[in-house]
Amino acid sequence: MKTLKINGREVAFSDEKNLLEVIRKAGIQLPTFCYHSELSTYGACRMCLVEDKKGNLIAACCTPPREGMEIKTHTLRLLKQRKMTLELLLAAHDRECTTCYKNSDCKLRKLAHDMGIEEIRFGRKEKRLPVDDSSPAIIRNPNKCILCGDCVRMCEEVQGIGVIGFAYRGARATVTPAFNKKLSEVDCVDCGQCSSVCPTGAIVVKPHIEKVWQALNDDSKVVIAQIAPAVRVAFGEAFGLKAGESTEYLIVSALKAMGFDKVFDTCLAADLTVMEEVREFMERLDRGENLPLFTSCCPAWVKFVEFNYPSFLDNLSTCRSPQQMFGSFIKNYYAGEVGLSRDNVFVVSIMPCTAKKAEAAREEFAVDGNPDVDAVLTTQELIRMVREAGIVFEELKEESFDMPFGFATGGGIIFGATGGVTEAVVRMLDGGHKRFKEVRGNEGLKEAAVLKDGREIKVAVVHGLKNARELLEMIKQGKAKYDLVEVMACPGGCVGGAGQPVPADAGIREKRAKGLYILDNRMQLGRADENPMVRMLYEKWLGSPGSEVSHKYLHTHYRSRRRIEGTDIKFGGQQGKVNVKICIGTSCYLKGSYDIFKAVDRKIKERNLEDKVSLEATFCLENCTSSPAVEVNGNIVENADAERIERLIDQLL
Amino acid sequence: MATATGHDSRRSFQRVNEIIETHGRDPVHLISILQEVQNEYRYLPQEILNYIATAMNISPSRVFGVATFYENFSLEPKGKYVIRICDGTACHVKNSTGLLNMLTRKLGLKEGQRTTGDLLFTLETVSCLGACGLAPVMVINEEVHGKVTPEKAEQIIDEIIKKERSQND
Ligand code: SF4
Ligand code: SF4
Ligand code: FES
Repeated sequence: MKTLKINGREVAFSDEKNLLEVIRKAGIQLPTFCYHSELSTYGACRMCLVEDKKGNLIAACCTPPREGMEIKTHTLRLLKQRKMTLELLLAAHDRECTTCYKNSDCKLRKLAHDMGIEEIRFGRKEKRLPVDDSSPAIIRNPNKCILCGDCVRMCEEVQGIGVIGFAYRGARATVTPAFNKKLSEVDCVDCGQCSSVCPTGAIVVKPHIEKVWQALNDDSKVVIAQIAPAVRVAFGEAFGLKAGESTEYLIVSALKAMGFDKVFDTCLAADLTVMEEVREFMERLDRGENLPLFTSCCPAWVKFVEFNYPSFLDNLSTCRSPQQMFGSFIKNYYAGEVGLSRDNVFVVSIMPCTAKKAEAAREEFAVDGNPDVDAVLTTQELIRMVREAGIVFEELKEESFDMPFGFATGGGIIFGATGGVTEAVVRMLDGGHKRFKEVRGNEGLKEAAVLKDGREIKVAVVHGLKNARELLEMIKQGKAKYDLVEVMACPGGCVGGAGQPVPADAGIREKRAKGLYILDNRMQLGRADENPMVRMLYEKWLGSPGSEVSHKYLHTHYRSRRRIEGTDIKFGGQQGKVNVKICIGTSCYLKGSYDIFKAVDRKIKERNLEDKVSLEATFCLENCTSSPAVEVNGNIVENADAERIERLIDQLL
Repeated sequence: MATATGHDSRRSFQRVNEIIETHGRDPVHLISILQEVQNEYRYLPQEILNYIATAMNISPSRVFGVATFYENFSLEPKGKYVIRICDGTACHVKNSTGLLNMLTRKLGLKEGQRTTGDLLFTLETVSCLGACGLAPVMVINEEVHGKVTPEKAEQIIDEIIKKERSQND
């Protein structure tokens, strides 16, 4: 075994990838801002410095451990150095800690306290940059950014998108979306993972707490809560319980104490999703159409497809997510049953997720401006409200969910972990209570096969959008073939959602997932169709899975989205008799839209059509399912080619 | 002149495609590509940067990051004549500030504005051009003018304006 010395004490190590991990194993928490075990090493914050035998200062996060090394972690020089670094960061930081949403979780504030920073000797940064609250899910305040780059690497390396990046240099350096655009103008999918790694309040979740207090204090509203599966195995972490310990009955009790009228379980809506999705899947299998079927319970994933893979939109299941199915049957069915109008019912969902906030705001999910889900609280916001309400966690007495929608099966509960949706679907296909272990666990891509009526059904499960992108590319190139693909945007699935308590590293996520599987084991009913309340909904309201009523209230549709606003290229020429717009967005570009551009351009020049034909290159005509797309005088030509467009121009002239 | 939306824009857009073609789509060529594209437009139009990102299959934020990191890149349109005033120590001592103030006034530039509305001139300061013997130094495009007094500078600018006028007539 290899050893090295830390502060004079011998420490054994094996395959730790850097000194920092070895030091942490030895029980010393070196401060870090830019280090995350699941992201690449950046080495910029200089907080993890240690001193070696020769007196060199080295960054522990980017130094591999070596046999015989002797390092010190808290020499006077290091203490001074770290304080200095911290002071410099604090000088440039907007220090409105008391009103900062991140306050209790802020690493910067905590370290300043731990290291006894009492004054900041450097001047404050004068210039204030605008706060971006355009996103329905997160708020960016660049004045609190310490440039650690954690968010940048998260979005790029784990989510495979790269919405935000470093820009400018020196004193002007910032982290921002391209061209200083707002988040709502670019291809952010609202997953919130950037906010969960941000050590400060520079990226935070957009809170809905106030809305909820308002509803709770409004006598005309019946306030109904739904609790997502992943919340129950993480909520307790804030109150000293271990990750994975289930707390659903304590949550019910806390919500009741705050004045919620009914508390139901989203897991029941998950059961309903399974019913609809299995039906849809079987239909597609029979027809051999739109396969593989992609799950649609994760709104960040849905948006990712809308932005980046519009040609796969038809593969997405048309099923609404459990959150939205729940909102829909509460407002469109239950309210009427209990003699209320939808305006008098206020649905609050409690979710591990930030993207659910964006999903609830999608216009498809509202009737005359009244949304099916009125507010979405993350697990963290719930914790905050419980504290705000002065509820003493230790004193809470367990209370059960309200009926009729407080009853779920194990299949609905495991929705909260990667592989869970697939497992719940497989149980339906299989007709038993199969424990489908092949799709459990933290592997980026999990593959399995099941037999249904003598046919082999191939399934794939991915989490993290980078993994999803890789899988989609394989499918596109014909290198992989599946019938069913489950995608959850967050690492580990919803248990690793950005609304959950932090940190949420692989170890913690695994414990939460295990908590869900334990709950599943405890349940007598493990399959969606066994849920008596789901049966009741079909008998009394929906008819059967896939019925017209189901389609109206439980299914949805998607659309392609522009990845970035305000970037069209206009090529002069007056709006003439014929106006041609050629899409050069990714899909169309890859299918040769630039060749069409060249051909049309040549034609205009050769035949001197400058004043009759105008040409424009646009980023997305939002019709990418049949790219390349070209718009001629307002009409979209699908699957366009140069010849066709030229002919069309001739005709119009 | 070429702007992303202006007159020769179709030709320039084709040039962009040629530039990408010659370098290939490996992101290591991004800087060279941006350089050549800037030569074409005299600045880096946002929509072209976005197009480059699409064509090279990298995120627009990354292209934006590179384009804003290097001083040589400009995301604002630049004038046909880029006037650079050295503000290194030697020039500063020889009253480069006076020169700068005069030019700002002469070109009618407002606070924070660097390029004239007609896109004829851009006024910039640079730190030491390495010609301290000639302080104060003013460079217009590639041409270096040494020991420039405000009067001399004014003369040079007037000449350019005259030349441009006669060309346009
Ligand atoms: S919310 Fe997700 S997609 Fe949006 S910037 Fe953050 S990590 Fe990227
Ligand atoms: S926004 Fe947060 S995570 Fe991103 S660089 Fe700034 S401090 Fe780091
Ligand atoms: S954690 Fe090592 S430099 Fe930031």
